[in-house]
Amino acid sequence: MTLTAKDVAEIMRLLEQSSFDNLSLEIDGVKLNLQRGSAVPVRQSAAPASPAESQPKPAQSAPTRVRPPSQPGLAEVASPLLGIFYRAPKPGEPPFVEVGSKVDEDTVIGIIEVMKLMNSVRAGVKGEVVEILAENAALVEYEEILLRLRPGA
Amino acid sequence: MAIRRILIANRGEIALRVIRTCKALAIETVLAASKADMDSLPARLADRTLCIGPARPADSYLRADTIVQAALSVKADAIHPGYGFLSERAVLARLCEQEGVIFIGPTAAQIEAVGDKLRARAEAESAGVPTAPGGAVATVAEAMLLGRKIGVPLLIKAVGGGGGRGMKRVDRLEDIPSAMELAGAEAGSAFGDARVYLERFVERGRHVEVQILGDGNGRVIHLGERDCSVQRRYQKLIEETPAPGLSADFRGRIHAAAVQFAERLSYRSAGTVEFLVDLERNAFYFLEMNARIQVEHPITEAVTGIDLVAEQIAIADGRGLRLKQADIRREGCAIECRINAEDPARDFQPSPGTVRTAVWPSGEGVRVDTDIASGSRIPPYYDSLMAKIIVHAADRPSALERMRRALAATRIEGVATNLAFHLDVLADPEFQAGGVDTGFLPRFLERQRLAQEVRAHG
Repeated sequence: MTLTAKDVAEIMRLLEQSSFDNLSLEIDGVKLNLQRGSAVPVRQSAAPASPAESQPKPAQSAPTRVRPPSQPGLAEVASPLLGIFYRAPKPGEPPFVEVGSKVDEDTVIGIIEVMKLMNSVRAGVKGEVVEILAENAALVEYEEILLRLRPGA
Repeated sequence: MAIRRILIANRGEIALRVIRTCKALAIETVLAASKADMDSLPARLADRTLCIGPARPADSYLRADTIVQAALSVKADAIHPGYGFLSERAVLARLCEQEGVIFIGPTAAQIEAVGDKLRARAEAESAGVPTAPGGAVATVAEAMLLGRKIGVPLLIKAVGGGGGRGMKRVDRLEDIPSAMELAGAEAGSAFGDARVYLERFVERGRHVEVQILGDGNGRVIHLGERDCSVQRRYQKLIEETPAPGLSADFRGRIHAAAVQFAERLSYRSAGTVEFLVDLERNAFYFLEMNARIQVEHPITEAVTGIDLVAEQIAIADGRGLRLKQADIRREGCAIECRINAEDPARDFQPSPGTVRTAVWPSGEGVRVDTDIASGSRIPPYYDSLMAKIIVHAADRPSALERMRRALAATRIEGVATNLAFHLDVLADPEFQAGGVDTGFLPRFLERQRLAQEVRAHG
């Protein structure tokens, strides 16, 4: 069986009425990715990499573990350590990656500082950067998601 | 100075214990937790919880750099290390000193001084505190010479050991050379320090320790002693205060010795000086000092009414000792039973898993320090302590009775525990008489084993 335009329209209508934000369907080699809203909700990092001191949040504003729902098929790059995340090799220099950057497994996507020791973080997956979640110069926890990318060539 | 935010670098019941005092003092808490502990009770009760690494302690709770980085990043004024993990590793205290974070505990130098058992022994001697006959030995020849002097049985102890780790018993002088070699090699690989020393082995001894508080400027007070002689393989199981059957004079001397030792170091914070009481010679010897809050501290809190964690924080905050020796009053008797997730029927094998049901006792004179509730998980990566049940009563018989009732009211399902084993120990006439030596529990276990065999064959 194959999907007709009418089928897709019907599925879109169902998604529209559902409480879900996206739908991923695969029938007989035909892949369908549907998403609520007009565009892919890319979460741009608030500001370009800057050396500006980021004020640590007060203890009460606790949950730093922002985990917006994953887009279908996106790979996550999680922090291997707790530390300070830097998007650029040095203050003032361009970030390692931006949204749209093509990366391969070994591409460095950022640095985690632990007591002045710099640890580079690699993408681990080949693809294109879709969302950057971690803020520059901010504390990231172990396994906090730094960015998401769409795997591919 | 005012400590407003504390990072807690620990887990389990002690993390919760520190959170409790911080809440009472209106101090914010940030818990540094491993991935395995992110949904634990302390993680939920802390003002903020940071995931510092994977479950394996070496990659999380033992990472001093990560913990200090976390404290700096959340602008914590101080770090409370709890017990175990990094609490007695000079590396964390030193890193705190360098980075301007208050370490709620002694100085790095003090941790080093008591961590090196030979140095601690020398400090005890200089402070006029009795030590068991013995001393450092560098060669087999020296060991033979000293061995002949102090006699057998004796112990070969690792300088970097402690808490029962790194010890070898020697019963015949001719065994000294081989035991020396083995002990040195083992100590080298286990503690990174091959140095050993000899000490007389006390056949019948009691483990009596003294709780002290020091301001770091030479003022030290004590909060009485705890008897921790009910041990299995150096793991304490039941602790009580006061130590049963000690004369007022003996008790006074052991308290004074602990204070003298801590004064000599100008010790800062809460600490415990451990002694071995030699029943045959009616003497006591310095064993070691624990430079941290102890697991069994609540029994001291029960009889003194003093919150030891609050005093630790006050001292760390530069407020010194808020209590004078004359302020310390000890009333009644307190007993603690350590409830472990372990199976006494299978040689006390740890029994991690999900606790289906946990019902803890309550009531007058009953305190339970635990992070375990129905549905809690006990991860396999850490020690098996689930809870401490502490009772306080006017005298020892009423405290024992209160403990029996508290244990009987406790219900734990889903994991094996030593709950029933505690009740068996409490019912033992030797334990009930009080003042048992450290050989009591092994003897008790042997009696249990024999009784089972008789039942099986009869």
